[in-house]
Amino acid sequence: MSIQNTMFNPKRYHKSQLKFHFVLLPLSIFMSLPIIFIINNAFKPLTELFAYPPKFFVRQPTLDNFRLLFDFSKESGIPMSRYLFNSVISATIVVILSVILSSITAFALSKLRFKAKNTLFKINTFALMFVPIAVAIPRYLIIVNMGLFNTYAAHIIPLLAMPVGLFLVKQFTDQVPDELLDAAKIDGASNWKIYTKVILPLVKPALVTVAVLSFQASWGNVEASNNLIDKESLRTLPFYLGTLMNSTGNVIASAGIGAVASLISFVPNLLIFIFLQNKVMESMAQSGIK
Amino acid sequence: MKNKFEVKSIIKRLVSPIEQFFSPLSKKLNKINREISEKYNNSKYVRIFNHPVFFILPYIVLFSLIILLPTIISAALSLTYYNTIQFPDFIYLENYINLLTNDSVFLQSAIANTIKWGVIVGPAGYILSFFLAWLLSQVTHRMRTIYTLCIYSPSITGPIMMSVLWRVIFSGDQSGYINYVLLKLGLITNPIVFLQDPNLLFIIMVLIALWSSAGIGFLAMIAGMLNIDRTLYEAAYIDGIKNRWQEIFYITIPSMKPQMLFGAVMAIVGSFNVSGIASALSGGNPPPQYVGWMIMDHANDYGFIRYEMGYASAVAIILLVIVFVFNKVSYKLFGNNE
Repeated sequence: MSIQNTMFNPKRYHKSQLKFHFVLLPLSIFMSLPIIFIINNAFKPLTELFAYPPKFFVRQPTLDNFRLLFDFSKESGIPMSRYLFNSVISATIVVILSVILSSITAFALSKLRFKAKNTLFKINTFALMFVPIAVAIPRYLIIVNMGLFNTYAAHIIPLLAMPVGLFLVKQFTDQVPDELLDAAKIDGASNWKIYTKVILPLVKPALVTVAVLSFQASWGNVEASNNLIDKESLRTLPFYLGTLMNSTGNVIASAGIGAVASLISFVPNLLIFIFLQNKVMESMAQSGIK
Repeated sequence: MKNKFEVKSIIKRLVSPIEQFFSPLSKKLNKINREISEKYNNSKYVRIFNHPVFFILPYIVLFSLIILLPTIISAALSLTYYNTIQFPDFIYLENYINLLTNDSVFLQSAIANTIKWGVIVGPAGYILSFFLAWLLSQVTHRMRTIYTLCIYSPSITGPIMMSVLWRVIFSGDQSGYINYVLLKLGLITNPIVFLQDPNLLFIIMVLIALWSSAGIGFLAMIAGMLNIDRTLYEAAYIDGIKNRWQEIFYITIPSMKPQMLFGAVMAIVGSFNVSGIASALSGGNPPPQYVGWMIMDHANDYGFIRYEMGYASAVAIILLVIVFVFNKVSYKLFGNNE
């Protein structure tokens, strides 16, 4: 076997890659089947949703299900736009704050000198193993005692400390050469200036990854709406969509609504990942634990 | 194109008087700003503000509030009887003793299922991720991007799909997709009640988990693999490596050990982090015969349905210990033994 055809990350197509495509293509199709199914389902008229034999692809696409969802949300006390607004607001704040938080902390842990630095990073790495729902109960008590029960902060605060995010950015910041920082220091830059002018532009890929991860965490988060909030007008979209399917009590209507609902809650995640995946992959290269 | 310029010039014309109006003020402000920064640069204030504490404090505060403190409270509550109304009543290790001697659901279902789940889904998902990453590293960039997207997408959608999609596909009557195909092929005569059959339900849960197992660890593994120095492979072939298996075991895996460990940690945490799959699939809580009843389900059941917070905390602490033990094993396997 020649070296040429065992190369990873090949630059151009070669006949020997055919066997990999042979495995990957069916596998990718199989993995994305449910998503294709969800997209198709959302546009199916009710007759097709309950057709026997069941059909995979939509024959006569309609927007009936969307209309059904909006009609239903009009009847309920709080319109769907309110839940959407809550979701968008809390996701935006979570993304911005967690990016800032993880990059500042990663900069300090990676480049500044102070006591207990390594211990702190070890604790953070240890927290990667942490199972968040295991502490749902005390977290509830803390949120209540901080007076954050029934506020937007209940959606935001629990998601801000993201050990995975800090970990990824720290590993990435380690790659920034110290000479660059020394040069900035000689020019009289303060630590804050170094952070904003040198570090931030260089670790952008890692920050994009943190943004993607925190968005995913926030967009799909129902824990806050379930446990930390009991005011309907403050709850988020995924919670609402989750309850829709149970509360309609009408099997036929709920199937259509469910199909649309899952499309709505899933598409933003996918789009964001598609647009940012290059940056994500770049930052993941530094993601190892030694 | 022309319009754009016109718009720009209009905006300029509108803004310029405002700018002129404010320009003396802004010049003054700039001057004051410069004076202040000159005065205080390298002064005491800046040096204090530059202290690393300011950089790490926000994270430490949040980390303690969200992760550390809850864990400690959880550990403390696990030694009490606490029904959320009365003050916690200290009862030493009674919760643990009850859990490990009296609670048959916990022992026979929760612990057994979670460990079975962790041992099957964790390693299988991990190996699958590695295998997929390896396959992806062998094709060209453009195709790899598309494949990666397809393979990663299930892990984004995970829980959303559960109640809508899988229940339709595995539906117990003849309108379920699988049943329809099997009936059509003549393999079965009556539709199989997939989601109510205890034996089948667990298998279906495993399949779904594997389907969505290519998550963040998988991304890390692809990236790590692509980052390996190309010349290592060339050197290895000169040194007499013969096939792809040797390539994987002698070069690929050792060169990406850090990513392998990261992937392992993520796989373990992910596989122990499950709850509610069985109930979502079967549509009943608890699921028939407690199939797929996880430790987390048990904790949620006691915590948020029966309001026995102390007992639920004990369950959660046991889960943390189990996850920790499994992670220690993976550190032994992949860690840097320096």
